[in-house]
Amino acid sequence: MEAYVAIIIIWLFLLFYALGGAIDFGAGFWSMFYFGRKETTAASIANLYLTPSWKVTNVFLVLFVVALVGFFPHAAFTLGSFMIVPVSFVLILLIIRSAFMVYSYSVQKYTKLFTYISGITGLLIPALMLSILPIMIGGFVEVVGDRHYILYDRLLTSPTLYAHIGFGLSAELFLSSLFLSDYAREAKSMETYKVYRRNAIILGPIMIGMAVAATMTLIPEAMWMVENMARQWHLFALSIVVFSVGYSALWWPSRKGRIGQPRVSVLFMVVQIGLASFAYGWSHMPYIVYPKLTIYDAFTNIEMYYSLLWGYAIGMAILVPLFYWFWQLFLKDKRYLTNEKVDDVR
Amino acid sequence: MDNVLLARMLFGSSLIFHIIFATLGVGLTLMILIAEILRVIRKDNDYGILARRWTKAVAILLGVAIPSGTIVAVMLALLWPGFIEVVGQVIALPFTLEIFAFFIEALFLSIYVYAASRLSSTMRIISVFFVALGATASAVLITNVQAWMNTPTGFNVVNGEITDVRPWEAVLNPAFGYTAVHVASSAYMATAFVVASVAAYQLLKPNLKASERTYHRKGLMIALVFGAITSIWTATNGHSSAVGLHDNVPVKLAAAEGLFETQSNAPLAIFGTPDPEANRVVGGIEVPGMLSYLATGSTDGVVVGLNEFPRDEWPPLFVHTLFNIMVGIGTLLIGLSFGALAYRIVFKKREYPNWLLIPLIGGGPLAMLGIETGWIFACIGRQPWTIYGIQRTAEAATKSANLGTFFVIFITLYVFLLVITALVMRIYFRRNPLINEFNSQTTSV
Repeated sequence: MEAYVAIIIIWLFLLFYALGGAIDFGAGFWSMFYFGRKETTAASIANLYLTPSWKVTNVFLVLFVVALVGFFPHAAFTLGSFMIVPVSFVLILLIIRSAFMVYSYSVQKYTKLFTYISGITGLLIPALMLSILPIMIGGFVEVVGDRHYILYDRLLTSPTLYAHIGFGLSAELFLSSLFLSDYAREAKSMETYKVYRRNAIILGPIMIGMAVAATMTLIPEAMWMVENMARQWHLFALSIVVFSVGYSALWWPSRKGRIGQPRVSVLFMVVQIGLASFAYGWSHMPYIVYPKLTIYDAFTNIEMYYSLLWGYAIGMAILVPLFYWFWQLFLKDKRYLTNEKVDDVR
Repeated sequence: MDNVLLARMLFGSSLIFHIIFATLGVGLTLMILIAEILRVIRKDNDYGILARRWTKAVAILLGVAIPSGTIVAVMLALLWPGFIEVVGQVIALPFTLEIFAFFIEALFLSIYVYAASRLSSTMRIISVFFVALGATASAVLITNVQAWMNTPTGFNVVNGEITDVRPWEAVLNPAFGYTAVHVASSAYMATAFVVASVAAYQLLKPNLKASERTYHRKGLMIALVFGAITSIWTATNGHSSAVGLHDNVPVKLAAAEGLFETQSNAPLAIFGTPDPEANRVVGGIEVPGMLSYLATGSTDGVVVGLNEFPRDEWPPLFVHTLFNIMVGIGTLLIGLSFGALAYRIVFKKREYPNWLLIPLIGGGPLAMLGIETGWIFACIGRQPWTIYGIQRTAEAATKSANLGTFFVIFITLYVFLLVITALVMRIYFRRNPLINEFNSQTTSV
């Protein structure tokens, strides 16, 4: 029971980071994609969002990792034995991305080069993170004694790896486009709104297609997972319905004569990702790493469990008003949003 | 090479790299707060410009500080699963609370930097106060775990199983107080000397305008006063740390001082090489009775030597040198900051002469070296234990292969990023010279 409460908290933190990270890395990509285009402000809208928020988004990654090993310390040996390679690559990309993103604002001479470096490394991070999912469900890990090995030859030749990577890329680009379309509407930039709305319209169905492909290609690799997912069919079906409503909101009329209600669409997509990821996570249970490691094996003791619960509860109670203020300052305040260019410092 | 050593090299080099950025992040945010307050009190916009330029430096450093901190956090879990397994059961709280300190730092920094024009002076000071608080709190909380590794409390071990966990007792372990204060104060101190270095370097330039000269002198003055106070403070709490080692981790103190035989009237050995054959430090300077006096408050006090412990529980003996470098640099910097201030006060001269500015340039790099040797001493001096008396480092390490490859990749990456960061700093501040700030000051207030 306690292990389930803990894993739901982990899921919640992962959901925060998945959404925040997808938007963050996606926005970095769009800032590169529209770099130097005089006819659109799409790049500067992306930067306007990224500049104050990337640090906060990154803390959610640390929050997820710390919460995972705090609630499930006995998972460390198994994870440490085979996750070093994929996770190290994520870390390498992450430090290059963050450094060059910050430096691109500071050194005008190399802004273009640095924006390209950070845009591309950032684009790859969610894709690489998603490629960890099939490894966790056991199709590609061999256990010898207490060591776990990733079977790279099988992994790299398996369609499901590429379907997962495709899902990571399309989800990142779709969610960031959708979010930035709403952000552009908030900034009253109709023309940029249209650009990102069009991107979202193209990418939404691709994301859903990739999600289905990622699941289908699991059949030969991890049938147990697919069967579990089939048992959660009502949650997945609901998530598709929510997606369809949210997607259609991009055409709903608004009072101001603009086509589409991006805020409604964003909210529905958050619910959609929430439902689908919950259903996926529920199908994953009770395993953290199939078939050796369950949440019960990995769970901490009850004293630590309760003190962590208190720690997170008090911390979140302090932070929620702060997040709200942050939101008001950078995602709502017209004085910030209508500044053509982000000030260097002040 | 053996896996444990590779894991230590990979993790150690990541920490050595991260600590540079983390230390400056902790120190600079407090110095920005001081400058912002001085600006309001003295109604002098030079302090506003100092705060703004230091803030820009923080913003550049954070591009590496934040992801390298993430690297350290994730690597801790992956490279030391045995350690994390115990941490998660006993001392997970400070890691959890640290996250909230990070959030506070990150949120308020963005507010301070990007919403400054929309905030009142008071709100701006409050924002940067929380940035500094968040930065220091995260350093203190992470140090809490490192203190606990030296003096593990708050749990029992029965047949190899951890039972009867008391999370708060683990947090309030005996080493926490003095270790945390030492880490925070030395970070402030090191940053002050780095800032003094930069200001001294600028003041050495021959054709500065009077306004620029005044500006850099103000920066140097803040750094020197702050550096003098924090270096004395660091020496005092460093002394408490040594007394703490005497009480709690005597083998570490014995290795730091190269003391083999348990004795009263123990001498303090300065530099030299500990020689286990001769049972004493060879080639150093010995101050009779001083170690007993420092550790116990009396020359008659008994200090425990290395020979009381089995050989396989000794730290590597070269930690004596690391310890000496740290203490030596600290002492030197006390002299440097007080000397420079005394010159200013005694001779009542506004200008610092070149013979004083040149050693001040060396102060910053020396201070960072002091921080690094201090941390390396703290971690290597705890060997062979990860958790003193409970878990050996070899038991904590991952069994994964491939570490050698990643060691090479990460080292290359760190060197590359150090160079790039230095270049970016240089290019940015060259392209945005001080003189532009004076011209635009009317709009920026």
